[in-house]
Amino acid sequence: MKNKKIGKLILKDGTTLSGISFGANKSISGEVVFATGMVGYPEALTDPSFKGQILVLTYPLVGNYGVPKKEFWESDKIQISGLIVSSYIDTPSHHAIEETLGEWLTSEGIPALEVKDTRLLTQKLRTQGVMLGKIEVDQNPTEFQDPNLQNLVAEVSTSKIVTFGQGEKTIVLIDCGVKQNIIRRLVVKGFKVAVVPYDTDVTKLKFPFSAVVISNGPGDPTMVKTTINNVKKIIKQGIPTLGICLGNQILALATGGTTYKLKFGHRSQNQPAVESGSNKCYLTTQNHGFAVGKIPKGFKEWFYNANDLTNEGIIHNSMPFMSVQFHPESAPGPIDTDWIFDYFFEKAGLNKNK
Amino acid sequence: MKNKFKKILVLGSGALKIGEAGEFDYSGSQAIKALKEEKIKVILVNPNIATYQTSKNLADEVYFLPVNDFFVEKVIAKERPDAIMLSFGGQTALNCGLDLEKKGVFKKYQVKVLGTSTSSIELTEDREKFAEHLRSIDIPVPPSGSATSFKEAKVVAERIGFPLMVRAAFALGGQKSGVAANMSELEEIVKGALSISPQVLIEKYLHHFKEIEYEVVRDSFGNTITVCNMENFDPLGIHTGDSIVVAPSQTLNNEEYHGLREASIKIVKSLEIVGECNVQYALSPSPSPDGRGGGGGKGLEYFVIEVNARLSRSSALASKATGYPLAYVAAKLALGKSLLEIENKITKVTQSFFEPALDYVVVKMPRWDLQKFVGAVEKIGSAMKSVGEVMAIGRSFEEALQKAIRMNSGAVESVTDNGFKNAKELEEFLNVSTPKRIFAIAASIKKGISLEEIHKITGIDLWFLHRIQNIVNIEKDFSKDATLTGKKFLLLKQNGFSDKKIGSLCGRNELQIRNLRKNMKVIPSIFAIDTLAGEVPAKTNYLYLTYHGNHNDVSPLGKKAVVVLGSGPYHIGSSVEFDWSCVNASLALKKYNKKSIIINSNPETVSTDYDMSDRLYFEDLSFETVADIFEFENPSGIIISVGGQRPNNLAQSLSNAGFHILGTKAENIDRAEDRNKFSKLLDNLNILQPKWTSFTNMKEAEQFIASEGFPVLVRPSYVLSGAAMRVCYDKKQLFDFVTKAAVLSPEYPVTISKYIENAKELEFDGVAQNGELMIYGISEHVENAGVHSGDATIVYPTQRVYALTEFQLREISKKIAHALSVTGPFNIQFLVKDNKPFVIEVNLRASRTFPLLSKAMDANFPEMAVDAFFGKAKNHNFIYPKSVVVKSPQFSFARLLGADPILRVEMSSTGEAACFGKDYDEALLKSILTTNKLDFKNKNVLISLGGEINKAKFLETAKMLVSSGYEIFATDTTAQFLEKQNVKCTIVRKAYQKSPNVIDLIESKKVSFVVNLSKSEEEEMVDTIKIRRMVADGFRVRRAAVDCQIPLFTDLHLARAFIKALVRYPIDNLEIKSYKEYLH
Repeated sequence: MKNKKIGKLILKDGTTLSGISFGANKSISGEVVFATGMVGYPEALTDPSFKGQILVLTYPLVGNYGVPKKEFWESDKIQISGLIVSSYIDTPSHHAIEETLGEWLTSEGIPALEVKDTRLLTQKLRTQGVMLGKIEVDQNPTEFQDPNLQNLVAEVSTSKIVTFGQGEKTIVLIDCGVKQNIIRRLVVKGFKVAVVPYDTDVTKLKFPFSAVVISNGPGDPTMVKTTINNVKKIIKQGIPTLGICLGNQILALATGGTTYKLKFGHRSQNQPAVESGSNKCYLTTQNHGFAVGKIPKGFKEWFYNANDLTNEGIIHNSMPFMSVQFHPESAPGPIDTDWIFDYFFEKAGLNKNK
Repeated sequence: MKNKFKKILVLGSGALKIGEAGEFDYSGSQAIKALKEEKIKVILVNPNIATYQTSKNLADEVYFLPVNDFFVEKVIAKERPDAIMLSFGGQTALNCGLDLEKKGVFKKYQVKVLGTSTSSIELTEDREKFAEHLRSIDIPVPPSGSATSFKEAKVVAERIGFPLMVRAAFALGGQKSGVAANMSELEEIVKGALSISPQVLIEKYLHHFKEIEYEVVRDSFGNTITVCNMENFDPLGIHTGDSIVVAPSQTLNNEEYHGLREASIKIVKSLEIVGECNVQYALSPSPSPDGRGGGGGKGLEYFVIEVNARLSRSSALASKATGYPLAYVAAKLALGKSLLEIENKITKVTQSFFEPALDYVVVKMPRWDLQKFVGAVEKIGSAMKSVGEVMAIGRSFEEALQKAIRMNSGAVESVTDNGFKNAKELEEFLNVSTPKRIFAIAASIKKGISLEEIHKITGIDLWFLHRIQNIVNIEKDFSKDATLTGKKFLLLKQNGFSDKKIGSLCGRNELQIRNLRKNMKVIPSIFAIDTLAGEVPAKTNYLYLTYHGNHNDVSPLGKKAVVVLGSGPYHIGSSVEFDWSCVNASLALKKYNKKSIIINSNPETVSTDYDMSDRLYFEDLSFETVADIFEFENPSGIIISVGGQRPNNLAQSLSNAGFHILGTKAENIDRAEDRNKFSKLLDNLNILQPKWTSFTNMKEAEQFIASEGFPVLVRPSYVLSGAAMRVCYDKKQLFDFVTKAAVLSPEYPVTISKYIENAKELEFDGVAQNGELMIYGISEHVENAGVHSGDATIVYPTQRVYALTEFQLREISKKIAHALSVTGPFNIQFLVKDNKPFVIEVNLRASRTFPLLSKAMDANFPEMAVDAFFGKAKNHNFIYPKSVVVKSPQFSFARLLGADPILRVEMSSTGEAACFGKDYDEALLKSILTTNKLDFKNKNVLISLGGEINKAKFLETAKMLVSSGYEIFATDTTAQFLEKQNVKCTIVRKAYQKSPNVIDLIESKKVSFVVNLSKSEEEEMVDTIKIRRMVADGFRVRRAAVDCQIPLFTDLHLARAFIKALVRYPIDNLEIKSYKEYLH
């Protein structure tokens, strides 16, 4: 390893773990969260939902297959503030390698540490809940900063409308920090996708469209008041709407539901989501720190989590309004719930689109 | 949910064999427990008496009978179960189920097959139909074809092009399969495969593709999860049972991991699997440029290689690697439950519907014992040859790999240790895949061969080679500057270097390094396997050690705990019987309010199940690791006498470290194991032993011979290759063996003892308390002494032993137990010649015969041993048994190309099975039927009797065969002899003579069994000219019989006993009685 600098991860409660730095020579602050997926670090690192967070990966070997071309990322840059692993693998092996993880982190200016006992960190976070932390490399001090006080969505959303795909019908995708794979999946299904800024009043758009998808995104849903208000208008007009992750929380808040912060969130690829009223269960990818509390009037619970019984989705009793807390687009993670898109298009009367 | 099933039949897998080992004891036991929880009556058919699943307190009724359609139908007719489970007893149970279905037995007796349907199983077993099925659901399979003759195979080969992979249909563990690079290789493999199967499948050989496996679980509602994926260290072409396997996969990205996962789910759904299924893939390491993209893994270049619609070795491994109780869950699912209904017994906080997240690396390493088989080919490939495996857990690949290497035999410390003589040998071992390849890789890296070059030769992914290079580099750096700083210590330990290895690198011994390390506070952390990577506080007791941590997940149990050491990997000589003793000892600790802590490294065991101990350390049985655990837990004691020889070997070092060993003291164990001390003890006690001496030069040996004469048993203390002991009949043999196979020097003396011929061998097993015998059992070998006790057919109670002899045995054993102050289990092996007992060996530990005797006598020997440890053992009242039990060895010669299937002083069986019967003959016949496939309708037999003694001693038996309507086929001298004695027989030509000869007779399956008795070696010495040809001839007959799965008898006594039983009991007259019926 070229870069053998030592760094420290310091938690708000004073816990300090030192480790070898393998990323940028820089000190940062953020909310420390952990994720338990065993593959998919390029996808996770570029997931805008992680904006402002220091990510701890529980799988102990990270970097095994390097980093692929940008077109396979979930956004055009690394979104996390810092990365913590047990052991970093600097000798990756894979046919799709463009660069090593260390090179990538360094060129993108993201600090990263090998701290060995990531399990201790995980146990701390699950017991005490997610907490603020900072990475200090090369003894450059920095202050704790709470990213949840910022409008993180504004930071990761597109600033102008961008379109993808060639389909006849258009889906408007409200970008609260969208993962590229949502766009890819919609395009594969034969739609033209118009990605619009998070604060767009969709009802005032000048082009025709058939449905709205509210994307995933970082932070506290109550921070995106504009989006919530805009979604209210969409629902009022009866436009078919699908929410994903943060989109689930936004739809709930826009229709009279509530949200709350989870102790340590769900950030893994093995979350069981049960379809309410059935004996069907799906393995899902999740990345969220907040959850829907009260289910809005006119809606019912669509999915719930088999482990902690938290809400995993809501669906309207009669209209094509629905949302899921998990990621049907996966990337990373299992692709068992890709059917959610098809189901939505069917309810929206769009399934014969192709 | 209410259960509609009241009585369910579960099939076990019978004796352990290559390809079917202890993992099915684990899966069957879990299944039975899962069913018992539902208050279902469980009937089990499994003749493997050393299994935990056949314990009295598990299934309601146990039948120690062969797992085949004949006997299982009889059990069904008697028990009338509502349903049957086929997927917990490996390929044996599955094949039996398919046969029963074909015969219409399930329909006739209205037995429902639970779990995956027989039609789905059949589909997965017929390779061609299955390939067609997969193509129909858009899942790629390698281009292939099937053939039932070489002619057909040739046509297929021409269509697909070489290289080709050839496999036998309906065969377990890739038996008789191989890679053919040209027509002549194809011919050889196809012929072999067709001898055991009616069909061969030929497919494109995917050179250096990655081999990836998924373990899938599906319920009857369609909910599906993949519990784990695994990546083979070796590329495609090495059987997964013979490959180092890593979990989870290390070199797959998200797209590949989840693409293959989704394909697994699709396959399992299409087959409507209910329960467990294993899917094996070949994945291209360098797909076409547009290899990535699109969801559902559509852009991946992969092929399905195999699907097993049942619990398998891989699923046992996946279960132990992840902590997910696969077999338990599969049994519940077979009852129709959904994954959401089943409580997760491990975490108690999550559901069974989830996929484990690992925060560690698992390395499985096979254990081969190829040197134990004379003539066996060392090369490994698509047919499995390993006899056991170990599983190591670490936080880095290096840590786990080096642990696995140490766990494997206990004799090798590191991947960098190897005994390659020279560059040429090293090159050979790098180029040919053998058990030594991993060491050849490390040695080649050390030598400076580039990783790319090694990758090109072996096909092993560069990722793995980089990790090995890292180990090599760390060792190199340390060798340059061996000052041990705390930091350097930590680096070495994080990369899996043992104290002993570190010591050898810097000229210190293990204990010096250990003390130094402890002074520097470099001690391992104790981490739990919680299935969720720490996400939720799961209540698990499943632990491993790592140096990549600075906290412990658990706190010490302290004095209320006792450590029980397991057996390590199964291998020739140490098998499921030791796990049985270990489990029973662990469970018995509850009686004394002690918590049990099991340490074991073998994933194929019941002892490593989540509910067999209070704490399980999936760890190495080395002094270093056991001491680390002991010092952390601070328990009140440690049990080393129930896991076979490996833990027993730690007696002295653990005792020296001040750890309290429960039972017999280490110094007394040493008095039994040190040949000089033990011999002196026997002399003092006036107990006979075969004369012996140890010598360090040939002159001393000659002096011994001069006074005692031949034959002699020779046991070197350092073996170069091949056999560890040998019977020698003359000077030349003795000289050859000592000079070629052993080291002879003052440092490595060779032991020589008088070999007593034509003696009976008896086993004495007992438990003593403070030197007083509390319980014992004497069992008898059917074969004469000279056949290893592990290979012998054993009967209890004894059939041909005088009461006086038994009395003498008991008195001798009492004396020995007293002299050694034995507390706990022990075993003594006796030779009896002319009613005089000689002691040949004493083991102050549980023996292989413990489970047999415990079940036959209805007394739990290991539990009594624990009673003795606590001073609470009571004298057992001996009751003469109402039945006879016979144990037969299971050989796996068919899987070991080139091995000579003959019984010797060294053990070569891989397992055993036993049956009860109303008398000796009945029990013996049933027992032999468990380990042999006998065609009762075929009344032709082949007999070849070497030497005059064998001929004379077999005459009566030959007459018996003829008078019972058997037709005897015999080769030259045997035929001449029989004709002279007026015994009718048909002459067949010898193997080296022109066709049709004896080999054709066997290959066409014209005979139902073969008796092939070699000339006694003494006789052979007389005639030296023809000997080579005759030896080769005998070998070819034996090999042909084994290859064609025709029962083979190479021992005079066993052959006679078998034939006597066979003519006395027509198959329909054999008793179908449960274990309980035999006891009461």
